Amino acid sequence: MIPQDAAAPSAEYPPLRLHVPEPAVRPGGTPDFSNIRIPRAGQVNRPDVDVDAETIRDLAFSVIRVLNRDGEAVGPWAGALSDTELLEGLRHMMTLRAFDARMQMAQRQGKTSFYMQHMGEEAVSCAFRRALNPGDMNFPTYRQAGLLIAGGYSLVEMACQIYSNTHDPLKGRQLPVMYSSREHGFFTISGNLATQYIQAVGWAMASAIKNDTKIAVAWIGDGATAESDFHAALVFASTYRAPVVLNIVNNQWAISTFQGIARGGSGTFAARGLGFGIPALRVDGNDYLAVHAVAKWACERARRNLGPTLIEHVTYRVGAHSTSDDPAGYRPKTESEAWPLGDPVIRLKNHLIVRGAWSEERHKQAEAEILDSVISAQKEAESYGTLHSDQRPSARDMFEGVFADMPPHLRRQRQEAGV
Amino acid sequence: MPRRTMIEAIRDAMDVMMSRDDNVVVFGEDVGYFGGVFRASQGLQAKYGTSRCFDTPISELGIVGIAVGMAAYGLKPCVEIQFADYMYPAYDQIVSEAARLRYRSNGQFTCPLVVRMPTGGGIFGGQTHSQSPEALFTHVCGIKTVVPSNPRDAKGLLISAIEDPDPVIFLEPKRLYNGPFDGHHDRPVTPWSKHDLANVDDGHFAIPLGSAAIRRPGEAVTILAYGTMVHVAETAATEAGIDAEIIDLRSLLPLDLDTIEASVKKTGRCVIVHEATLTSGFGAELCALVQTRCFYHLEAPIARVAGWDTPYPHAQEWDYFPGPARVSRALIETLEA
Repeated sequence: MIPQDAAAPSAEYPPLRLHVPEPAVRPGGTPDFSNIRIPRAGQVNRPDVDVDAETIRDLAFSVIRVLNRDGEAVGPWAGALSDTELLEGLRHMMTLRAFDARMQMAQRQGKTSFYMQHMGEEAVSCAFRRALNPGDMNFPTYRQAGLLIAGGYSLVEMACQIYSNTHDPLKGRQLPVMYSSREHGFFTISGNLATQYIQAVGWAMASAIKNDTKIAVAWIGDGATAESDFHAALVFASTYRAPVVLNIVNNQWAISTFQGIARGGSGTFAARGLGFGIPALRVDGNDYLAVHAVAKWACERARRNLGPTLIEHVTYRVGAHSTSDDPAGYRPKTESEAWPLGDPVIRLKNHLIVRGAWSEERHKQAEAEILDSVISAQKEAESYGTLHSDQRPSARDMFEGVFADMPPHLRRQRQEAGV
Repeated sequence: MPRRTMIEAIRDAMDVMMSRDDNVVVFGEDVGYFGGVFRASQGLQAKYGTSRCFDTPISELGIVGIAVGMAAYGLKPCVEIQFADYMYPAYDQIVSEAARLRYRSNGQFTCPLVVRMPTGGGIFGGQTHSQSPEALFTHVCGIKTVVPSNPRDAKGLLISAIEDPDPVIFLEPKRLYNGPFDGHHDRPVTPWSKHDLANVDDGHFAIPLGSAAIRRPGEAVTILAYGTMVHVAETAATEAGIDAEIIDLRSLLPLDLDTIEASVKKTGRCVIVHEATLTSGFGAELCALVQTRCFYHLEAPIARVAGWDTPYPHAQEWDYFPGPARVSRALIETLEA
């Protein structure tokens, strides 16, 4: 019950009112990104890697960009990648997009229960992966499959995991897209948001304790930065100067919740790092070259034992949150088309054409080839079964791996299950 | 053989493991330079350096979270949560992460981690320095839960816990840190130096997880207890003049069901004792298992003596704590049933 005098007016102060942030536009409205400040490509300076966080506070409020409107690479962050590397990067992004499309369709066809696509965010994980060395470890969320594809992981294994079939490397125990590959520097994905962010810091600390040269890379979305683990990760990374790169992928949306709900009055997500004394950068997440350059810079800092870096990747979640989501219920249908940073695949393609290393014809041809290879991987995976087919991991596998050695109570339960 | 307090035995276990295995690291709040608020890590930082034993920010989720990452890398973290009452912020990392790494990654990543937590009441600790949250761990698949009741077991079990390839929650009854306690708060406390179970070997020795110990053989009734309640049960049986067989479970999961089953089949009666609150406590699981396994041998209903279903109070400490009088009464009622 509210005490009666709670509503009594005060002569001195007007009544308090709760502030709940709202996105600028809702369904039916005209998309409007005029409030997003985007500097021209090449404008943001490139500090030395041993810079003091205090002196680059402006980088947490700007956006590092390399590719300009004409598809040219400009400014101090340009110039690190060869034609061959960029062509490979384009192929990685196109493969991820094609794979997403096929798996999205497979889910609609009932071949699996669930899928989450990356549309619009392909550059973030694909370009970052190129900055890593063998042995480095990513602590990804469910929307960084580009790390696997750019790291050479098999599409067949990815599809088998999604289908929970007899060749599923995780034996059917995990929800689709919760991949794990130690060999490819890809830590086991958890459904619990943000938990991996602090674990990445611990992994990096372990590498430092053992005087190793490997670094860790943490990943989180804009919405999940509100979880306590995010704050713990920044505290511990800062305290122990852990060799970790702390990525925030700001795709503007956490399911139906716009990024302003998680960001509050902080201005940018990158700005959160400043309070912890961690150098913080914002980067155009749809600019393959910029993401890669910033990743290299941050990884170099970590490898030189200069401590953690926080990177906010500014991008847009073009697709639905998952196959269980319909964005038409909370945002304008055409919002992604109005997104000012464009499409990462098209932007890299145009850059390669400007460089004279690519053409529309070769792009079309590559699209067809990539689709063929994805379909062929999908077919192979389907030959090992899909979710509701008879080919699935055995019920016996369900009892394995809870502990290193099966304790007596689990043995009894396995017997009871008749497997 | 040297006599040690429980604190000394725990410190010795960490010392032994840190010297044997470079991958063992020890950290938590006040654990480094100061050696822990209970002195359990005293001297370890000076001996092994700040990269092996260090202080952390006050963040339980952070402590367990970094430990999970370190364990995934290949270290063997043995971390401290200052009081079990403060483990809740870390619960997500324990339940959703540490317990599941092996299962969900099909063995690609594992979590050889020990989380030490001072637990239990009897010290006027009030609501947030007295809790016994073991049932919140035994319900979670993928972790092991251990509660020692004396210095010798504390060292041998902690060494096993650190060597275990899976996460172990190691609950240390803080009431037992400096001496055994039988619930007679009105009598002077005897130090561990007067107790045989304080004879703790130097060097490395392990007591396997999942093995109970019969503290007192008997024929009339089986008492299942762990932690401080083992000592309370011993005194209660003596005072009631009952030939009870007292089983110190030591490890709640994995559980030594064979020892329990053999004892109850012999005595035909069973009393379960724990400090934790009654409803859905670990005693309920023990009760269900005994009922299922020993039904045709039981001559009386299984009794449970536990903390009341209230938060742990301050002034009413001894009305709350299941002391020897309550345990004796339950033993007599079970024998008369």
